[in-house]
Order: sequence, then structure tokens, then C-alpha cells
Amino acid sequence: MVKVYLWSGLRSLTDGKEAVDIEASNIREVLDGLQNAYPELKAPIAAGVSVAVDGKIISSDLTTSVSEESEIYLMQKLRGG
Amino acid sequence: MNNIHVRTKVNGDEVDFLCDPRETLLDCLRDKLHLTGSKEGCGTGDCGACSVVLEGRLVCACLVLGVEVEGQTVDTVEGIAQGQDLHPLQEKFIKYAALQCGICTPGILMATKNLLERNPNPTETEVRYWLAGNLCRCTGYDKIIRAIMDTAADMREAG
Amino acid sequence: MALDNAKSNGFKFVGTRPDRPDGVDKVTGRAKFGADMTAPGMLHGAILRSPHAHARINKIDTSAAEAMKGVKAVVTRKDFATDVHFESGLNGETWNVLENVMAGEKVLYDGHALAAVAATSALIARDAIKLVRVDYDLLDHVTDVDKAMEKDAPVIREGAADKSVPDGFHPNVVRYHESGHGDVDEGFSKADLVIEDSFKTEATHQGYIEPHACLGSLGNDGKGDLWCTTQGHWYAQKMCAALLNLETSQLRVTASEIGGGFGGKTTVFIEPVALALSRKANKPVKIVMSRSEVFRSTGPTSSTSMDVKIGMKKDGTITAASGVFRLQGGAFPGAPAEFTAMCAFAPYALENVRQIGYDVMANRPKQAAYRAPGSPMAAFAVESVIDDLCKALGLDPIEVRLKNASHKGTKASFGPRFEDIGLIETLEAAKAHDHYSTPLKDGQGRGISCGFWFNHGGETAVSLALSEDGTAQISVGTPDIGGSRASMALMAAEELGIPYEHIRCTIADTATLGYNEISHGSRVTYASGLATIKAAKDVVHKLCKRAAQKWDIPEDAVKWEDGCAVPSGANAGDFDPLPLHKITANMGATGGPIVGHFEATPEGAGVSFATHIVDAEVDHATGKTKIVRYTVVQDAGKAIHPTYVEGQYQGGAAQGIGWALNEEYIYGDDGRLQNAGFLDYRIPLASDLPMIDTVIVEVANPGHPYGVRGVGETSICPPLAAIANAVSAAAGIRMKQLPMSPPRIVAALKSLKDG
Repeated sequence: MVKVYLWSGLRSLTDGKEAVDIEASNIREVLDGLQNAYPELKAPIAAGVSVAVDGKIISSDLTTSVSEESEIYLMQKLRGG
Repeated sequence: MNNIHVRTKVNGDEVDFLCDPRETLLDCLRDKLHLTGSKEGCGTGDCGACSVVLEGRLVCACLVLGVEVEGQTVDTVEGIAQGQDLHPLQEKFIKYAALQCGICTPGILMATKNLLERNPNPTETEVRYWLAGNLCRCTGYDKIIRAIMDTAADMREAG
Repeated sequence: MALDNAKSNGFKFVGTRPDRPDGVDKVTGRAKFGADMTAPGMLHGAILRSPHAHARINKIDTSAAEAMKGVKAVVTRKDFATDVHFESGLNGETWNVLENVMAGEKVLYDGHALAAVAATSALIARDAIKLVRVDYDLLDHVTDVDKAMEKDAPVIREGAADKSVPDGFHPNVVRYHESGHGDVDEGFSKADLVIEDSFKTEATHQGYIEPHACLGSLGNDGKGDLWCTTQGHWYAQKMCAALLNLETSQLRVTASEIGGGFGGKTTVFIEPVALALSRKANKPVKIVMSRSEVFRSTGPTSSTSMDVKIGMKKDGTITAASGVFRLQGGAFPGAPAEFTAMCAFAPYALENVRQIGYDVMANRPKQAAYRAPGSPMAAFAVESVIDDLCKALGLDPIEVRLKNASHKGTKASFGPRFEDIGLIETLEAAKAHDHYSTPLKDGQGRGISCGFWFNHGGETAVSLALSEDGTAQISVGTPDIGGSRASMALMAAEELGIPYEHIRCTIADTATLGYNEISHGSRVTYASGLATIKAAKDVVHKLCKRAAQKWDIPEDAVKWEDGCAVPSGANAGDFDPLPLHKITANMGATGGPIVGHFEATPEGAGVSFATHIVDAEVDHATGKTKIVRYTVVQDAGKAIHPTYVEGQYQGGAAQGIGWALNEEYIYGDDGRLQNAGFLDYRIPLASDLPMIDTVIVEVANPGHPYGVRGVGETSICPPLAAIANAVSAAAGIRMKQLPMSPPRIVAALKSLKDG
């Protein structure tokens, strides 16, 4: 299981939880797992998210691997200027 | 359509075109003569991207009507380089990276060339105020001013 | 990206300052920008725009316009895709863009497009749109962010809010962000001083000097070509295809030279309209915006209203920080409230921090990205409060920032831990800079501020082809806004070992490369640079293979050095170095053309920090501010072409000066924009500014082979705050609203005098 931290604004979609345990070995499984556990997360994930793994902000690559030791944060996807 | 036949001299060449009386000199340069080096940034004389020299005087081509240049001489950015040789200002603008996107560059070059012809030894403040009618959004003007001051010094030395 | 082939010193080309490859084109007028293209048989388009801030469209009668001599086509919303559907929040972004490009049932802001005409001349097109008759029902409007959130505010679009928004908010509040960690109440209780204050900033425009322009050609076979000024032509391709029901690959988009973007050219406005007109008229159609159209109808940044609270101990330690950031993003979801919130406290290592962002709709144009979207405003509010705390506690502003500065391993205010970052290095360099120790003159004030931006990678494709004479051509997919061709050529020269001048860098069209994300997020030198390096490495690998074949030794017995294949060791054999041009001379006979590729989505852009120092002078009689000295210190990771890095620093600072002192969207009570021109919307002039000093700090980004971090956006994060701190010091009163224009300063000084 990996622990995924969500931004607090998502609490209303996850029964108040800010951190969710998911069975996952890469980012694709993290995102799939989150949506399976909390279907309400489908919309914010579809709107665009990045995943920070040990401080590195991954904006697209679903194959990036994660492990139990990883620090994983769900973040909103960057829109730059 | 009441187009008017206009004969003029642009960058030393005699040219003529037909234009609607409402069309600006900038429209005519760009659309009739295909001299697209002069740019339209505002159409209201605020940005200076269309700066050209009309009868020796620096003007915004967007504030002059095409029909007004009948019998007059117009100089544009396309006429700054002499054959293969760039003008020293053009060389220094490249050297100093005095342009980022380059849209304001033709106007700033025209304005500056005209300044140095009037005043070969301007102060930084004089350059800054002379260019107050030429907007640049990319550079903060720093490298533009440095390029101009250095060119002026070189040109004075070269006599 | 891996560290395996990282290079941090021993550069031959990188770090030098050669002339840019497109320099001559751009000083002679030869460079072709958006409006400089023509096509045989071309028509000119013009767009009818709403004069009302908010109105229902009952009927659009185009018959008189269509009947006008020279008019070849008129389009309205019905000429665009009908299968693009509305969804809440950002999930409906394609519909949002369509609705913004051409209004449907309602016009939502002054300047909203609702019909367009193509005619045989620009003058006829302009006359013809005046003949389009529109029957409107006027609706109440709102343009201020705080008012748009009030209970009785007019509703712009029911159902636009996504599920992130807590119950009880007005329907104009469409997205909500909250993040942070620790217990801020407990943190505040430990502080010796807590300051809480509110701030406002007005919307500003990116102010690129080149108006939007395009030339579109689309046949009834669904095949089209589009030439346009854009930061992202693949995005334009994808969006135009979606909005016009085309197959994406059947539309080829070529990016013109771009006369500035700063985020504002990351979307489409006129491009789908030109194509729709072209399809109907069966001729190429050119549309060029006027400056007033640019101001009224393209995206400015968000206006904001912000509350910030920070607690500090006497020794300068920040015990807690919280902020609420309300961003008005026009009549659509998308104001970057989450980035304002996430950037706000990012420079500081905080145990207790909480930030909330609201994305709020109002009757204004759809906001577009502007250089580090959302971050500069946050810094303005946060760094103003820190400045007040420093003053009240008698502490040095740089020492306090150093004491609290984020560093590698810090848990960021937005969640994860930082990798290698250079904030402390920028603060140390600022502290050591002559500017910081130079005494101020009477009437002057000094301000400092830190700033933060994320930076971005994104889909990137580059190909690098060698020519027989041993020169190279790079095709990149990111428009060159500020000299990036030079940086690409430098990085390719570094890898190939051939002179910089032997490399030509071209911005390829959408048919030539795979998808390239927009030139945004300060990604070009990072991502296209990384891709260029990787494509060059691919070429080098192929060159070594040809040498190995020639020498009849194994591939891994050849290495690349200084532009030549050489045996990798004594055992590999004794061969003279084989220069690149000798391999390419007969490449057709040794295996064919040599081309290197890289296609991927680089992850590892590396966040970036800056510290700015500003001295300002305020004329107490007129309220006019003069910036007398300005120093930018910023971490570039590794400066590929230092002159263009300096240029980004200076440009960001100059735009920040405009935002802080003069620039603002001014709306009348009628909801109409009152200053849609450069005379009344005053961007900095040469005569307004001093020289802008720069210090390039280099703390390598582990995510790039040479350590590059993007530099384009972070430079605009600190200026609003640094200038506000300087002006507040010079004026003797805290300025809490931007811009600090002369009337606002005079009013503030009067309020001070009146007590």
C-alpha cells in the first residue's frame, strides 16, 4: 500500500480524508486506485492533476513507479504562462 | 470604390500604388508594397512599432494616410541595411540581444537611427525619452539602451 | 530524467553568448510575424463584438451584411461544432474555449465575439460587421471579484462550479482549493506578533506588442492550413479541430514568428473563426486583431482579493501562515487560484501553513495565463505582511527570509518535499550585492521580496538531421519567443562538437514533429533543450556506429570527442579521429541519412526561486513613483545563453514594475472596459525605467542533463511585492492595492495626513 496525500480541498469527495492508502506500484495505479476508491475524484483527476513523488512533480508520465517509502502528493496540473 | 493613385519614393525607389483614402501609410506599405517590416502594434500611434521616416521626420505610419505621401520620400526598416552591410545599430542590437521577440525592433531601429542622425552624442536620458514612443514588452529596455549607447560611441569614433 | 549523463562543467559552447541565429531576420524586417503572411485570393475577416457586459442574444440578423458587395461569408456560433459539451469547472474547457471564441446564447463580457464576416478587403469586412443586427436582452453584470461572490450577484452561468466548491457559495465561485499542513491556530499562538491584512490587485494584460493574427484556409474536404502567432501550434491544431469538427491531422498549423506572448498566446481566439469563414467562403481568410480587441477580448490575468495572516517570533521565525486568495478569471472557470495559493508561502519552511483559493467568475474576458499565473499576486500579499513584521520587530528583511527559507528537503507549503533548490543562494547573493548595502537617499525606500514558480516539462519532440557537409538542422516544436533558437543550437553544438554557427534551428510545423506542448511554464530551454540534447546524443550514437563500421571494430569501441569519432581506448585500435563532416560526406552510401530524435514528456523541470531588490522614490505631491534602482537575483540552474537569461530577468522585472505601478483594467459602471489602448493602459516606457541589474545564480536542476531550470516566469513573481515594499517605505504608509498609481498614492498619503 502507498499513502497518497490529497490537497485538502478534496476532502469533501473522500469522506473527509486527506491521505488515502492505495495499492499501487506506479502513478497509473495510484490514479486508478483513487478513482475506484472514491468515484467522486474522477472529475478533478480528469480536469488535470500532477503527482509529486518524493518532491519531483510528475505532470504526465503514468509509468513513474512508486513504493511504500515514496512520499506521494496529488496536485493540480500546472498551467504556465 | 474611389481608389487614389499615389506616387512616392520608398527607400530610394520610386513606387506607386492605389489606395482607399481611409487606408493608412502603414496599410499601404504592408499590403500594397509588401514591405511588412513595419509592424502594427496599436494603430493609434502609441506603440511605435510602425515608426518610419517621412521626408526626414520620424512618424508613426499608422497615423499618416497613404494618400498623404504623394510625392514624398519614405524610409522604412527594409532600407536601413546597405546591400549586404547591416547598419551598426543592427549589428549591435544582435550582439547585445537588444531584442527578444523582435516585433518592436523595426520601429526602435528607425527611431534610433533618426535620433543618432540628429544627435550623435545623446545621453542615456535623451535616448530613453526619444524612445518613449516605442514600446518594448520583452526586454525592460536595458539591453536596447546599452546597444544604442555603444553604437553611438562607435559611430562617433568612426567619424 | 536520469543523472547518468549529467554535465555540470567543462562546457565549450554552453554559457557563451553568440549572436542569435534569427538576429538578421529580426533587425531587417525580414522575419515573418502573424500579420505578415498573405495568400492568393485571400479574404479579410472582421469580428463583431458585444458592447454589453452581460446580455441574452435574442436574434442575430446577418442578412444586410451578407448582401453587402464584397462580403463572401458570415459566421455565427451555428457554424462551429455542435458536439462540444458543457461541463463544470475545468472539465468543460473545450466548451469554454468555444463559447469564448463565439458566443452562444449570451454575451458574457464587453468584447465577446458573436459574429464574423469575411470580405474582399479589410475595410469592407469592417464596414460589413456594422450591418449585423443583434437583438439583446440586457442582464445585470458584475466585474469585481468580491462583489461577484456576494449573495445577490448576477449569476453568470449556473452549473459552472465543480464539486470542489463547498456548499453555500454563490454559483460564480466555480472552483475551490485548500491545502497546507500543521495547525495554524497553534502556530499563531506561539508567535510574538501576528499581522493580518487584506490586499487587492487589478487585472493586467500580458501586453505583447503583436496583436493576434492568423491566416486560415479550410476546404470542404476537411483539409486545412493555418498560419498564426501562437505559443503552441499543436494546441491550436487540436483546439481548432475540436471546435470545427475536423480531424486533427488534416489541419496543418505553422507558427509564425511570435511578437510576444507571456502566456497570452497559449489559447485560440480568432484562429477557429478564420477557418470557419474560410470553409464557408472556400478561400483563405486572414484576421488581425486591433489593439482594442486584444485588450477587450483576449485574456488578461486575474484580478484578486487576498487576506494573509502571518505569525512571527521576535527572532524572526515564522510560526504560522495562512491565506485566502480570491481570483476573478472572467466569465469562465480557470482563474489560477490554486497556484496563487500553492505559491504563496512556498519560499518558506513552515510547520503550520494553510492556504485557500477561490476561482470566481465575473463579466470580464476569459483570463489567460500570464507569466507564472497566479504567483506574483500571492507574493505581493505575503511579502508585504512579512515586510511589516520585519519592521515591527526591528529585523533585517533578508535575514528573516534566510532564517525561514525553504531548502532541499523542506516540506513545501503545497505538500511534497523540495529537491535541490536555490532560494538561499539567491538571498545570500542579494545580501552580498552592492545594491543592498548602498545607502538610500532622502525620500527613497528599499524593498525586497522572494518569489517562486513551479516550471513545467510537457510533451516534447525534436529531430536533428545532419547534412552532407557536416552541418546540422534542428527541428523543434516550441515557438521561439525570446531567443530559444540560440539556446537549442548551443546545446546541440555542445553534444555534436561542431561550431554553433553550423547549426540551424527551425520551428517545425505540426506535420513535421509529434505533439509539442505549448511554449509555456518556462519549459522551452528546459524541455526542448533536453530533447535537443537527447536527439544530438542519438545522432552521436549513429555517427559512432558508422565509424565502427568503417574501422570494422565493435560499436562500443568508438566514442565521440570534440566533433570526431575516436577509438575508445588502446584496445580499440589505432585510427585517426574521424570528424563529423567526413562521416556525413558519404552517409548515403553507409546506411542513409543520419537523423536523431527525441520524443517524450520530460518530468523534472525543477522549481525556481528569485530575490529582487528595489529602490523607489515617491513624489509626495503628485503620487508619482520612480524606480531608481533594480536588482534581480534568480536561480537559472544553468544559464545556456546568459545574455538571454538576463533578458528574461529584466523583462520580468519590467513587467512587474508596470503591474505594480500603472497597469490595470478599468471597468465603468456599465461593465465596459474604459482603457482598451496603450495610451490609457500604460505599460512601462524606456523613460520610466532604470537599468535593471541581474545576478544569475546556478544551482543545478537534477532533472536536466546540464542543470537547466526555466527562467521566464519566476522573474515576475517578486516585483509586485518588492516594489510595494519599497514604495510603502518611501511613502511612509503600507500600500495594499495594486497598481500603486499616482491617484492611489495621493489618496493614501492624504489618509495618513488626515489620520
